[in-house]
Amino acid sequence: MAEFWTNYGLPTFLIVAHSVALIVILLVVIAFTLYADRKVWAAVQMRRGPNVVGPFGLWQSFADLLKFVFKEVIIPAGSNKGLFLMAPVVTAGLAISAWAVMPVDKGWAVADIHVGVLYIFAISSLQVYGVIMAGWASNSKYAFLACLRSAAQMVSYEVSIGFVIITVLLCAGSLNLTDIVMSQDRGLGLFGWYWLPLLPMFVIFFISMLAETNRPPFDLLEAESELVAGFMVEYSSTPYMLFMLGEYVAILLLCSLGTVLFLGGWLPPVPVAPFTWIPGVLWFVLKVGFLFFLVSMVKAMVPRYRYDQLMRLGWKVFLPLSLAAVVVVAAVLRLWQYGF
Amino acid sequence: MMLSALFFYLFAIMCVGAGFMVIAAKNPVHAVLYLILAFFNAAGLFVLLGAEFLAMILVVVYVGAVLVLFLFVVMMLDVDFAELRAGFLKYLPVGAVVGLLLLVELIFVVGAWLTAPELVSDVPTPPAAEVSNTQALGEILYTRYVYLFEGAGLILLVAMIGAIVLTLHHKSDVRRQSIAAQVGRTREMSVEVVEVETGRGLK
Repeated sequence: MAEFWTNYGLPTFLIVAHSVALIVILLVVIAFTLYADRKVWAAVQMRRGPNVVGPFGLWQSFADLLKFVFKEVIIPAGSNKGLFLMAPVVTAGLAISAWAVMPVDKGWAVADIHVGVLYIFAISSLQVYGVIMAGWASNSKYAFLACLRSAAQMVSYEVSIGFVIITVLLCAGSLNLTDIVMSQDRGLGLFGWYWLPLLPMFVIFFISMLAETNRPPFDLLEAESELVAGFMVEYSSTPYMLFMLGEYVAILLLCSLGTVLFLGGWLPPVPVAPFTWIPGVLWFVLKVGFLFFLVSMVKAMVPRYRYDQLMRLGWKVFLPLSLAAVVVVAAVLRLWQYGF
Repeated sequence: MMLSALFFYLFAIMCVGAGFMVIAAKNPVHAVLYLILAFFNAAGLFVLLGAEFLAMILVVVYVGAVLVLFLFVVMMLDVDFAELRAGFLKYLPVGAVVGLLLLVELIFVVGAWLTAPELVSDVPTPPAAEVSNTQALGEILYTRYVYLFEGAGLILLVAMIGAIVLTLHHKSDVRRQSIAAQVGRTREMSVEVVEVETGRGLK
């Protein structure tokens, strides 16, 4: 029995405890991220933003949560009930499960697997199913049109994100997220991270990230002037909240992926004494926060793209550019190896 | 060991069950969703085998891309399944022959693998503990099988170009957006500042 405990019981318990801790922290962070997003947006438009619930409106997200949970779940009569309820669960569940491999500090990942990057890429490519299922199961024209749009959009931008990731993998020589961060530790601080040598790729990654998570200026699936509110128009109450949750978890996930791939993860920007004392997880949070700030500034400042322009940007600009970058980076690394 | 056997049976049963539901489901969209479930569980089986790279690629390529297209097509088609069912007996012999062929081939593959392992595994597999299977696959794919690999890539490229050629129609009477012309516009080309005298207006 004791052997069973050490072999199976304890590891299982640890995994469950890690996962629960991760999910709880993630959800609390998401609540304040939503608040920050709204505040940044408000500040750009010279409004006050949420300021009523709690000091400076800090508890706004929790109030919203309660409001969503206590409302009635309305399921349209013509909808496909099972899929209709499954879609938001799939969206939120997938987005959270991708976090399992994200290292927030050295060794601080629930599962530090060999193919961490591929896992995140796989999970984020599954995100599209939540949208498609919701759009189809709603049995509504607006929802269906929006789901077709966003499925095409997400699949298109995944391609260029894939090639951008490959350029980083070529430099790092590993699919493991921890190894990728460690390979950026060259004693040069922030100049050793991949954003500098791969700057164009970083820009492409950032823009593709917006498109992949359906953030403005690429939020065509909820273009309210054309499609009412997109694929989630029939949703209310908790299922709707799960969609919002999944969306913000996915945004934070891609911000973190950008941090790991291009901004050196938990590494301090200046590798000298006072900065190296600060725990890595703080640097990680700061960098993710910085990327998220950029994301919400884009939402506040850039007008929405037209759909054909979006497709053109993805297929005719980003795809050739990132494909060429893969070839160039591979060639440069190869020549470097031979001492040029 | 016990745990991995447990997971194996979980994934295997889910996979076979989902596979059965693909052909048994009344609604084609549900059938595709069951296919997704089947692929997902197959990926789980790959992970149990220690082939994590294949598992992830299966999810990225098949579930993340190919089945999205499937789902697109099935959702847009107006398939009447009762009509399809009516033709079931007509297509049964063909289906049975194809299924039988697949079964025989599977028996050959598994049989050869069991009875004459040297036929199947003349390629040495590196020990899993030393080489990660991403690296092992890359080393064999880009050295020993590089021509076959590139050949497969070329075939896909040709198929893609074929599909584009078949569907691309450039109509001459449709106004198109020219990004280069838009970006190339200068202030002088589009804005003219004129002094207008009061009460005269422009000519």
